[in-house]
Amino acid sequence: MKHVEDSTHINSRGTVFVCGGTGCISSKSDQVRAGLDGEITRLGLAKAFEVKFTGCHGFCQQGPIVHLEPEGILYTHVRPEDVREIAESHLRDGKPVERLFYRDQVTGAPIPYHRDIEFYEKQQRVVLHNCGNIDPEDIDDYSASGGYESMRKALLEMTPEQVIEEIKHSGLRGRGGAGFPTGLKWEFCRKAPGQEKYMVCNADEGDPGAFMDRSILEADPHSVIEGMTIAAYAIGATTGYIYARAEYPLAIRRLRIALSQAQQHGLLGHSILGSGFDFEVEIKEGAGAFVCGEETALMASIEGKRGMPRPRPPFPAQSGLWGKPTNINNVKTLATIPVIISLGAEAFARIGTAESKGTAIFALTGKVANDGLVEVPMGTTLRTIIYEIGGGIPDGKRFKAVQTGGPSGGCLPAELLDLPVDYETLTQAGSIMGSGGMIVVDEDTCIVDFARFFLTFTQAESCGKCAPCRVGTRKMLDILERITRGGGQEGDIDKLQQLAETVRDGSLCALGGTAPNPVLTTLRYFRSEYEEHIRNQRCPALVCKDLVSYYILPDRCQGCMICLRNCPVGAIRGDKRLIHVIDQSKCTHCGTCLDVCPPKFGAVTKVSGEEIEVPHDPIPVSPSK
Amino acid sequence: MTQELAEILAPYKGRRGSLIPILQAVQAKLGYLPEEAVVQIARFLGTPESEIYGVLTFYAQFRTSPVGRNLVTVCRGTACHVQGGARILAEVERRLGIKEAETSPDMEYSLETVACLGCCALAPTMVINTEVHGQMTTKKVAELFSKTKGEGQG
Ligand SMILES: Cc1cc2nc3c(=O)[nH]c(=O)nc-3n(C[C@H](O)[C@H](O)[C@H](O)COP(=O)(O)O)c2cc1C
Ligand code: SF4
Ligand code: FES
Repeated sequence: MKHVEDSTHINSRGTVFVCGGTGCISSKSDQVRAGLDGEITRLGLAKAFEVKFTGCHGFCQQGPIVHLEPEGILYTHVRPEDVREIAESHLRDGKPVERLFYRDQVTGAPIPYHRDIEFYEKQQRVVLHNCGNIDPEDIDDYSASGGYESMRKALLEMTPEQVIEEIKHSGLRGRGGAGFPTGLKWEFCRKAPGQEKYMVCNADEGDPGAFMDRSILEADPHSVIEGMTIAAYAIGATTGYIYARAEYPLAIRRLRIALSQAQQHGLLGHSILGSGFDFEVEIKEGAGAFVCGEETALMASIEGKRGMPRPRPPFPAQSGLWGKPTNINNVKTLATIPVIISLGAEAFARIGTAESKGTAIFALTGKVANDGLVEVPMGTTLRTIIYEIGGGIPDGKRFKAVQTGGPSGGCLPAELLDLPVDYETLTQAGSIMGSGGMIVVDEDTCIVDFARFFLTFTQAESCGKCAPCRVGTRKMLDILERITRGGGQEGDIDKLQQLAETVRDGSLCALGGTAPNPVLTTLRYFRSEYEEHIRNQRCPALVCKDLVSYYILPDRCQGCMICLRNCPVGAIRGDKRLIHVIDQSKCTHCGTCLDVCPPKFGAVTKVSGEEIEVPHDPIPVSPSK
Repeated sequence: MTQELAEILAPYKGRRGSLIPILQAVQAKLGYLPEEAVVQIARFLGTPESEIYGVLTFYAQFRTSPVGRNLVTVCRGTACHVQGGARILAEVERRLGIKEAETSPDMEYSLETVACLGCCALAPTMVINTEVHGQMTTKKVAELFSKTKGEGQG
């Protein structure tokens, strides 16, 4: 995956890359790195190998990840205890450690090289090309892989108008959600009258369940700074802000390091590269409000106010931060800019579909075998992403739905798996492309509960400015909560539908405008599951707590007393070698008994909409057992 | 405290849009935003206190009461929800004997939730102080809290 090999920098030594993303660090990759350093010194291999930290590969579930270049061998789930074996067997004796190879999800066969792993093989990493392959805290690594060349070209060889033309020509559309053509947006801002203009990077990544922007910021922060500087040059801004999610401390730290390195190398600041163009960037940390991802709310927040959206027009390009023309782009949009300048607009536009150019980056999570960061050409089908790259649904479960676009998006059923992902197709299906969240759920997820979950989020995050959003989402949530508690009534579905339309059409910003999407799509594609809840008080997925009951099966129970001791409310009666009984009136449906019952007995069962015949009082376990 | 606060505020003198960074810096230092601090910030910025409260209550990040010695944050994001995050939160609440947004009477623990940590591939997730824990199970919750208990700042 490495592009340019800079001989002064990498020379003939092998490099051991240890992932230093948030995910891998949480599984102790920092200790793995320190261990490898120590072992290499101990074995006298420092001339042959160096160890480097990288940012997130986007394969976090397999972490900590260690890979060796130029060989291309990848190790998964590397623990500090494994370090010695890697060093002695692989680095010293040249024998790779097979037990740490990635295993094929279906056949279980070990796969030594990352290029052969389906998760990577089926991807086209254009924007993410550096992620996992360079040290994000070392500007020389970025430069060695062609970094800052696009900026050099834009600032020294192109006029701002030419840059805008190139981006327009590439067909790039904003990756933050709405998909507005980036070149056009820049042109509005460029043409807006005024000397002082602002360039803002939206790194708020508010979609809960998505981590594309975090991964890029952690793994390749310079690409965002480079894209942002080119954008600033194009629109004529001399001050930039990166509005970053406070919950991402590592991303913010890496950004700070990258900014100061760029400054030291004359790539930011006064007369960048001698071009006469000045640009300064400041980081603003968000403070935990989803609505601040919306452009006008984001600007209010940077100004130090409550982050409430305001009507548009005036558009930010006319009157934005402190009343000056302002352009806002998402992290991925900006990270794509250097790629377009370097490949050329035409080559970029050959990737993707007629209306959606380039690649789409998704954070694939939920019930898929390979969770992670996925970059594919626009127009790739959901099936390819979920089944070929994602490896399908684990544990022999059945696919139920895929949610794209987070709380603003929709939930699509199995029948639509062959849809290509592009802006228009997903919108037609009732969902949105969104910023890149893609969550797969299987038969164990209740669709009504899933819709309730999203509404809980948007209801809590509504800034309260407009009544349809503030009151409407509350009313929708009340109905959904009632249905999941078994109090659904005939007519609830119609009411939900009407409220959804009112909220969608009567809200000022897209938070309210899109909040009903999860409800509308689930009503459209999974109506029968709502009806089961409402008419039969049954939750087919066995999720809605008030609609399920737990029973201990008399022919399985061995009277071992484990569940009895663990039940937090003392709802289980029994004794040694007596069949246990759950007191249904005391049971709080917490599911602890099901968790603790030894699998070899499997005596606890969960049902919805039915009763199971069990003894009233504990009776002896049958002696034959 | 006034002196300490003055030192935090000094670098923001005359800078636009500094209210939120100031609140963040003060909270980072004191753990929360006590009334006296708000009074002093108001004076420093020449803004009415009411306006400062208007801003700080708008954002989920800000606290107006002190936080326990250990801050436990459970993710309630979509990926974590799908992987059973609600059970993790319930188990943490049961173990610590406090609910979301509460602090234990002995000031040992505070419990909060967060919309997403961005470690969704490791769902369900939670954070104790600054350490992220992934692929949580109710059993891991039990182990973590028998370890952390009594260790103080851990
Ligand atoms: C409620 C709401 C939340 C949003 N959150 C984000 C976000 O977290 N990150 C983002 O880039 N865009 C977000 N957006 C979209 C932005 O408003 C804006 O369209 C985007 O940053 C523009 O950048 P782009 O043209 O590069 O896509 C959000 C929009 C709304 C209405
Ligand atoms: S639609 Fe909702 S979030 Fe948007 S401005 Fe109105 S109340 Fe606020
Ligand atoms: S949803 Fe829990 S970490 Fe993202």
